[in-house]
Amino acid sequence: MRWSRRHVLDTDDWSAEEIEAVLDTTGAMVEVLSRPVRRAPPLRGRTVVLFFAEASTRTRVSFELAARTLSADVVNISASGSSVEKGESLYDTVRTLQALGGDVVVMRHSSSGAPYFVSERTDAAVINAGDGWHAHPTQGLLDAYTLRGALGDLATKRIVIVGDVVHSRVARSDINTLVPLGATITLSGPPTLMPSAWRCGQSPAGTTYEPDLDRALDGADAVIALRLQKERQEGGLLPSLREYARVWGVTEARVARMRPGAPVMHPGPMNEGVEIDAAVAHGARSLVERQVTNGVAVRMALLYLLVGTPSLEAS
Amino acid sequence: MLLGADDVRRAISRIAHEIVERDRDLSKLAIVGIRSRGDVLAQRLRDAIRSNDNASVPLGSLDITLYRDDLTQIGYAPIVRESALDFSVDDKVVVLVDDVLFTGRTIRAAMDALVDYGRPRAIRLAVLVDRGHRELPIRADFVGKNVPTKASDDVRVHLTEVDGRDEVELIVRERVNA
Repeated sequence: MRWSRRHVLDTDDWSAEEIEAVLDTTGAMVEVLSRPVRRAPPLRGRTVVLFFAEASTRTRVSFELAARTLSADVVNISASGSSVEKGESLYDTVRTLQALGGDVVVMRHSSSGAPYFVSERTDAAVINAGDGWHAHPTQGLLDAYTLRGALGDLATKRIVIVGDVVHSRVARSDINTLVPLGATITLSGPPTLMPSAWRCGQSPAGTTYEPDLDRALDGADAVIALRLQKERQEGGLLPSLREYARVWGVTEARVARMRPGAPVMHPGPMNEGVEIDAAVAHGARSLVERQVTNGVAVRMALLYLLVGTPSLEAS
Repeated sequence: MLLGADDVRRAISRIAHEIVERDRDLSKLAIVGIRSRGDVLAQRLRDAIRSNDNASVPLGSLDITLYRDDLTQIGYAPIVRESALDFSVDDKVVVLVDDVLFTGRTIRAAMDALVDYGRPRAIRLAVLVDRGHRELPIRADFVGKNVPTKASDDVRVHLTEVDGRDEVELIVRERVNA
């Protein structure tokens, strides 16, 4: 397959073949990261702009490491301390990025759809590093890569995603990546934190909603616990964090309901003792650290694939 | 046809002997093939050295895509495959293996990739076919067959493991005047 996408905005319209191409390239990048000299030259002379208009440490650092490992120059623009804080519009920021001549813009923004706006107004390739509640494609891809490494072929595998699904771009991107690879997904979590259509039998193809977490986990092949934003409680969507932990927390007793050895994942940062018990988070079945390592490799794969696209040539 | 199955077998056998004659300390030797097809030839050389000299030589494979010098020119990202080099190359005599030596650019890329794994004592080069037209100052230490070609010709290597048969073909292209 020849890669032909200019941008990575959302994986909702990707074919299984495209997803596989990224995962296969990721495998090669994992090997690069294991070498004594963790550096390869394909992005030499290219500039990657990291534009994070919403707080993030691990995703930004992961992209920065990915870009540097492929020998790109990296420019950081964060919301605090930049002209964004002084009231510059997104449009003006884009014009500035364009004038700086970045080849790739990696952006995180609190508004869903912001990366689309930018991609239509710049010559650079745009990678969405998380936009509002909408999508976080690199997280979906790294979760797929990590699960494939642990479980092999994902066809016939059943993955549980538990937590605050309605506000979760991670959940949406996991669904959009795992379902085309053949996995089925059981969503679980409080009804107040589930899109209303989804809890009424109209969840996306390949997914079902099971409010009882114990039942969702029975015989499952893996579980992904989502981060619970503590401010949801203040919004009246949760009675208390303690009750959430009791009913929806991923505990050792609950993990034991899955298939023997079934792994546990979390996109981080974790609220230990709320959505996941510390013993599970750091236990033998936890793939949380591998997710972080694989995240760098997935981002390297995307940077490599995008930098070869014609849009970056004199067009 | 440039080489038939017997010619390929004899060339590999001869190169296996030459490698050992050149570097007698087999404990320092390593064979690394360049994907794809160089890795197949590398495996055959390793097997030949094992049966001739009863020595086990470490075997690796390199994908050089990330080190290509034309990534900005070809207009798409070629597929990168995983390299596999799970031994230290430090202080080893590494024999790089490829099917065809042409411009030398692949070998330049392979040497750049190899030194990211450590510091070999020496790097040598073994190829099944040397077809000339070098663009870089690179030469092979071990050659199956030297073949004079035109730059516009195509040399195709088929190997049983990948293509179902052992054969090297020369495909002559009439140059189309633009």
